[in-house]
Amino acid sequence: MIRNTGNHTQTALRTSLPETELASRANFAPHARVVREERPAQITGLPLSIRGLRKSFGDNEVLRGIDLHIPAGQFVAIVGKSGCGKSTLLRLIAGLEKIDAGSISFGQDFQPRDIQPEDIRVMFQEPRLLPWARVLANVEVGLGRDRASKYAHARAEKALTEVGLADKRDQWPSVLSGGQKQRVALGRALVSRPRVLAFDEPLGALDALTRISMQRLLERVWRDQGFTAILVTHDVAEAVALADRVLVIEEGRIAHDLVVNAGRPRQRGSAELAGLEGSILSHLLSADDRT
Amino acid sequence: MSLIDSISLPRNIRLPRVDGLVPWIVPLAIIAIWQIACVTGFVPTRVLPAPSDVALAGWKLLLSGELVRNIWVSFWRASIGFLIGGSIGFAFGLANGLSQLSAKLTDTTLQMVRNVPHLALIPLVILWFGIDESAKLFLVALGVFFPIYLNTLHGIRTVDPQLIEMGRIYGMTDGELFRRVIFPGALPSIFVGIRFALGIMWLTLIVAETIAASSGLGYMAMQAREFMLIDVVVLSILIYALLGKLADSASRVLERLTLSWHPAFQKR
Ligand SMILES: Nc1ncnc2c1ncn2[C@@H]1O[C@H](COP(=O)(O)OP(=O)(O)OP(=O)(O)O)[C@@H](O)[C@H]1O
Ligand SMILES: [Mg+2]
Repeated sequence: MIRNTGNHTQTALRTSLPETELASRANFAPHARVVREERPAQITGLPLSIRGLRKSFGDNEVLRGIDLHIPAGQFVAIVGKSGCGKSTLLRLIAGLEKIDAGSISFGQDFQPRDIQPEDIRVMFQEPRLLPWARVLANVEVGLGRDRASKYAHARAEKALTEVGLADKRDQWPSVLSGGQKQRVALGRALVSRPRVLAFDEPLGALDALTRISMQRLLERVWRDQGFTAILVTHDVAEAVALADRVLVIEEGRIAHDLVVNAGRPRQRGSAELAGLEGSILSHLLSADDRT
Repeated sequence: MSLIDSISLPRNIRLPRVDGLVPWIVPLAIIAIWQIACVTGFVPTRVLPAPSDVALAGWKLLLSGELVRNIWVSFWRASIGFLIGGSIGFAFGLANGLSQLSAKLTDTTLQMVRNVPHLALIPLVILWFGIDESAKLFLVALGVFFPIYLNTLHGIRTVDPQLIEMGRIYGMTDGELFRRVIFPGALPSIFVGIRFALGIMWLTLIVAETIAASSGLGYMAMQAREFMLIDVVVLSILIYALLGKLADSASRVLERLTLSWHPAFQKR
């Protein structure tokens, strides 16, 4: 399963990785097996390679050289303080902003493949549902060019069932709760069976309980479908609860790359996760003190 | 005592049929008072004819066919003028809302023209068109143009950019984006424009018909004034009010049908 990251990819990348990257990558291999066992049989996700990625807005240098390889089907969380460029990185990956320098490629290193727009989906903090379309029609929007196909209805209904909202199919979005709206947005993102799913603080606006049930839902669909997941979050506990790997962005670079090797399903609040959460938080806070 | 009484009154017992009649209580009461005031001679009939006299005048004109003909003529002018002005306003609103170039080219000019009260053009319009049909249609169309133009433009410009970005991410073509996101998003504002325009439409028509016409409700009122037929004058005014109300109700029904997604239009 991790087979997708062939050896040459790893070596090719190593040469370009900073010190910290190397250290955590060395850690990564032995734990990979643990993660592998929890994975679904088929991984549909795409691997992702980012090389020397830079992005500035005017004088504001937001990303100053991001190097990153994400194996197919991995669940990666990105944390960092506000304004450090997490959303920008996500928008670049999703093709919503133009790259200044460097590259982002999907697929194997030596055989980059053409990707369809439907292969990559983004979910934002706001559900961004069309208020004038019923729930089912909103999910159909996610089919992209397949919207007109005769299976559109059936596929949208299936996606709605996956997010547990089949009974709301004929409602207007305005009558749904915040958590339900976000689930519709998730259904819309899932309906085209994406191979990379990027989340920009999708649960940021939800209350604590809804958040936890949404986290479970995210984890479940990720395990069922095997896409590559990239989650930007403010909540370090959420990052360690969901992700295989946590990246900390500081000053436009990946400052830390940590593997979370707790087995799944994870015990929320377990000592292992709490310890990891504490060390990530102290990274973030020490960076804050320095500035 | 009275406090307790009012609390213990069963509040939620309401007869649904009575509920629909509530808005009519005040108008009916006014008519009743008006009738009484006229019959008792409190108001001289030379100043204001009794409602019964107005009704009688209406009945006579109805029998002669004059009333129907005049209403029809006014209705026709109003709708054609509205359609012409409304569609041009809508087209400009769309073009300027969707295209920067078009907006740069025409918006300033249109905003300047807007500041001329269109009724001030009546003398010029009579010189141009005489008291022909086209004079009335021109004035109505001009009056209707601006509210529809401005509100369509505003509606399109204020569509949530996050939704537009969402549409693009999900691979909508320009046409689809317009049909699924921009137009539905602009619709509430367009309806505001339509309701405004309907008011202006009747106002323009009344003025135009009283000044320059040889048929229509306004003309009927002016003729009646010449012959001191005050009941017909009042009748015309009432019919104008009724037609205005009718147009407004029609637009409300349309709004209710097309904006059923909007929280403001959902049944509680
Ligand atoms: N379109 C833009 N134009 C100009 N500056 C931008 C734009 N988008 C982002 N920025 C700037 O880039 C920097 C990073 O923004 P970004 O939204 O990526 O931060 P973030 O890490 O997602 O923050 P948060 O956690 O608060 O969401 C900020 O300083 C922001 O002002
Ligand atoms: Mg952000």
